[in-house]
Amino acid sequence: MDYDVIICFETHVELKTETKLFCDCLVKYDASPNRNICPVCTGQPGALPVLNKKAVEYSIRAGLALNCTINRHSRFARKNYFYPDLPKGYQISQYEMPFCENGCLEITGDDGQPYSVGIKRIHLEEDAGKLVHSSDSFEESEYSLVDYNRSSVPLLEIVADHERNPLRSIQEARSYLEKIRQILKYIEISDCMLEKGQFRCDVNISIRQKGSREFGNRAEIKNMASFRFMMDALEYEIKRQSEILESGGQIDQETRLFDEQKKITLPMRSKEDAPDYRYFPDPDLVDVKIDQDFVTDIERSMPELPDQKQNRLMADYDIREEDALILTRDREVSDYFAACASLCKDTKKLSHWIIKELFKLLNQSSLLIEKCPVSPQHFSRLVNLISKEEITETIGRTVLEEMFKTGANPDDIIAEKGLKPIQDPDILERVLDEVMAENPDVVDQIKVGETKPIDFLIGQIMRKTRGKANPKKARELIENKLV
Amino acid sequence: MELCDRSASELTVMLRKREVSSREITESVLKRIDEKEETINAYITTTGEIALRQADLADSRFREGKSVPLLNGIPIAIKDLLCTHGIRTTCGSKILNDFVPTYNATAVERILGDGAVLIGKTNMDEFAMGSSTENSAFGPTRNPVNTECVPGGSSGGSAAAVAAGETILAIGSDTGGSIRLPSAYCGVAGIKPTYGRVSRYGLVSYASSLDQVGALGRTAEDCAMLLNVICGHDRLDTTSADIEKPDFRESLNKGIKGLKIGLPREYFVEGMDEPVKAEIMHAISLLEKNGADIVDISLPHAKYAISTYYLIATAEASSNLARYDGVKYGFRSEDGVSDLLDMYEATRSEGFGKEVKRRIMLGTYVLSAGYYDAYYLKAQEARTLIKEDFERSFEQVDCMVTPVSPCLPFKLGEKMADPLQMYLVDIYTVSINLSGLPGMSINCGMVDGLPVGLQIIGKPFDEEMVLRVGHAYEQMTGSV
Repeated sequence: MDYDVIICFETHVELKTETKLFCDCLVKYDASPNRNICPVCTGQPGALPVLNKKAVEYSIRAGLALNCTINRHSRFARKNYFYPDLPKGYQISQYEMPFCENGCLEITGDDGQPYSVGIKRIHLEEDAGKLVHSSDSFEESEYSLVDYNRSSVPLLEIVADHERNPLRSIQEARSYLEKIRQILKYIEISDCMLEKGQFRCDVNISIRQKGSREFGNRAEIKNMASFRFMMDALEYEIKRQSEILESGGQIDQETRLFDEQKKITLPMRSKEDAPDYRYFPDPDLVDVKIDQDFVTDIERSMPELPDQKQNRLMADYDIREEDALILTRDREVSDYFAACASLCKDTKKLSHWIIKELFKLLNQSSLLIEKCPVSPQHFSRLVNLISKEEITETIGRTVLEEMFKTGANPDDIIAEKGLKPIQDPDILERVLDEVMAENPDVVDQIKVGETKPIDFLIGQIMRKTRGKANPKKARELIENKLV
Repeated sequence: MELCDRSASELTVMLRKREVSSREITESVLKRIDEKEETINAYITTTGEIALRQADLADSRFREGKSVPLLNGIPIAIKDLLCTHGIRTTCGSKILNDFVPTYNATAVERILGDGAVLIGKTNMDEFAMGSSTENSAFGPTRNPVNTECVPGGSSGGSAAAVAAGETILAIGSDTGGSIRLPSAYCGVAGIKPTYGRVSRYGLVSYASSLDQVGALGRTAEDCAMLLNVICGHDRLDTTSADIEKPDFRESLNKGIKGLKIGLPREYFVEGMDEPVKAEIMHAISLLEKNGADIVDISLPHAKYAISTYYLIATAEASSNLARYDGVKYGFRSEDGVSDLLDMYEATRSEGFGKEVKRRIMLGTYVLSAGYYDAYYLKAQEARTLIKEDFERSFEQVDCMVTPVSPCLPFKLGEKMADPLQMYLVDIYTVSINLSGLPGMSINCGMVDGLPVGLQIIGKPFDEEMVLRVGHAYEQMTGSV
């Protein structure tokens, strides 16, 4: 049987504000336990929350980037449940009246066409603390400790719409997550590092027989720490649900946990056991009124988004779509490209050299482009030297490696290492004479009209000059002499 | 008259004339505590040593001759619901028996900054839930006027301490009448300011949208003095109002001639004890004789006030009290506890008293899926209607007067078995919290040796009017 799939993410993103959502404590991940805490974020009796304006600004930035309506009137609510990492016994979140609603995100659908995925809402809430167990597993632990450094760090929840243009495949799911993450990094509201828990997802999935109108019950899956695991979980879940349907069974509406080792999902709680969070408006916080000026200011300060940037790079710099896509994947890369491009004529060569050569070196030393030892000034100078044929691509690669190691500028490296190309035609002719003398057979072949051996002679010249000869000039010389 | 029985306004004058020292006043108060505390039990914690140290500091400020702040050297008691840095703050509960805050409530910070002398932390109904100060894990407080009777609640310790000379001034909190009722029952003056007038930061929350910190003293003027110091915007409480604060003492002597004073007709129809009614009517005629214009007004939704209050207050309380879970601070039960859920249950079952548990359960129910609309939302609608009643009426009058309580101070234990009877004691006070208005209690006479309180209600942020009428009334009865 064939099935339609509907996938819907709830994405939690930690905002990189300087201070927490409701107090002045620093948001710092490397601090020792319970270093950045105060009466407010540890739920001391009598302490009250005060909203961080920056976090509201970041939420609206996300809303604008994801084409949402920004609500003029917004409100915080309490989500009540007990857990040791939740110091107040409730989480301050939003229920009715979130900051942003009814947005969309364009991805490339499975059919290759643009597909505008529905975003239901974006709301702001506080994160919980972290439990540290005395043993590897919770069950075996004698005791657990709580670290409240993360307590009340601002968390943005982006909820996809499961009715309006939902995701229809694992591939689309992946595109959606990658795109959302890319955009949030672009607008600089989160670093979105999965390994640091800054980007976390729960996912709802349901399937129906193709052609059927009614969708089955949804299963919600939690506890997936990477994109890979999310995809594994979805794959398993589609298989599990379709097997149940094939055998004439019913999908239960339930919450399931992903087991990383076994790559399967396991039941956590059924719909009947779903907790009643008793949401109600938080009386400690006044309603948030957002005026047009505030939104307009944010709108004005919004950076270019990846899609816009990609189109602009293609138009302004005449580079290929695939290259533009790669160059805009990270904002830092596109910034680097833009910085170089203003100093480079041959932007096609520039993009090629970033993607092919610079990325290779960065990958080898596991560096992000922000930490790249080669400055855009030096890099564009190198590309200019190559495009003006003052050095060959081969020499260029050697020079780049050296630049990468030392951070020096290409001209100095060329001078110091004696990599300056041979300009003097007499020297080149002498080398050619030597090569011809060493390869009389090849010379004869060329004389009778074969062209292929010319490349061989050029290769020999390049070898003898250790790449310093200009291959174009060498070809001219050979053709003048022998053809 | 002993120093500890004098009003704060008298003492501030005497201190400035160097007729007395803060140490003498403080010692007089501490001596009174020694004499009476065993019977009255107004305090959970007394801070005599700190008080004497602060008194000496206050005296040295007088000696230096510089201009000193208003409350310099005046003993003040603080309800044990406001956090005091380094001094345990129990909220009258076993669950916070050993809790020592790491910070001061804003109101506390402000009186200390003004040079006040901290006498101690006063007894109260657990987490401010009650009308008699009998719901305290530290035993009930007795009414100094008649020790057979309750002092009213929940700020019963604060009111009793003022009445007994165990302090000069006191800070209390009022969620549904918790300053006004004990003030009435103990025959002292007490004001609940407009919601937002005083910062709630550091006031342990019972019902956040209703709680307000206020002042108790021997006179309206004393209340005005204390309110001057504790009020004002605080960036740590977003519900505190960022508006100008007047000097509440300045308008005290403006009199009541020509003022329009409203009598809400619904408050006088039934349920009020006759002797109480007689005293109130007498007070009203006195106001009229002195030039006030008494106006009949109507608050048609008054009858919904008690139910509305108990839905909203308990809903908020059920969430506010969730933090007492044995994890971070306070009492934790470990007897026979095998897992986390057990620990929560045992801690909260043993740590909270009966009334607190009753309200947590009520509030949890009110917010539960399927009941939220019928109870919580409905109550919010009723709250709006009650508020609108006042707004409409205040178009006609400058303030209103009503009784504080429908009955006289009752005997200890008398209403403990019947929570509903106890809830009805607040019938005239809860509307004022639901509407966020300022209200005060002024003594207006005695029946069978027990005090009766007159409630004066003002427009939002018009504490000046409330205090002015209270002060005028005190002047005409010569009660001061």
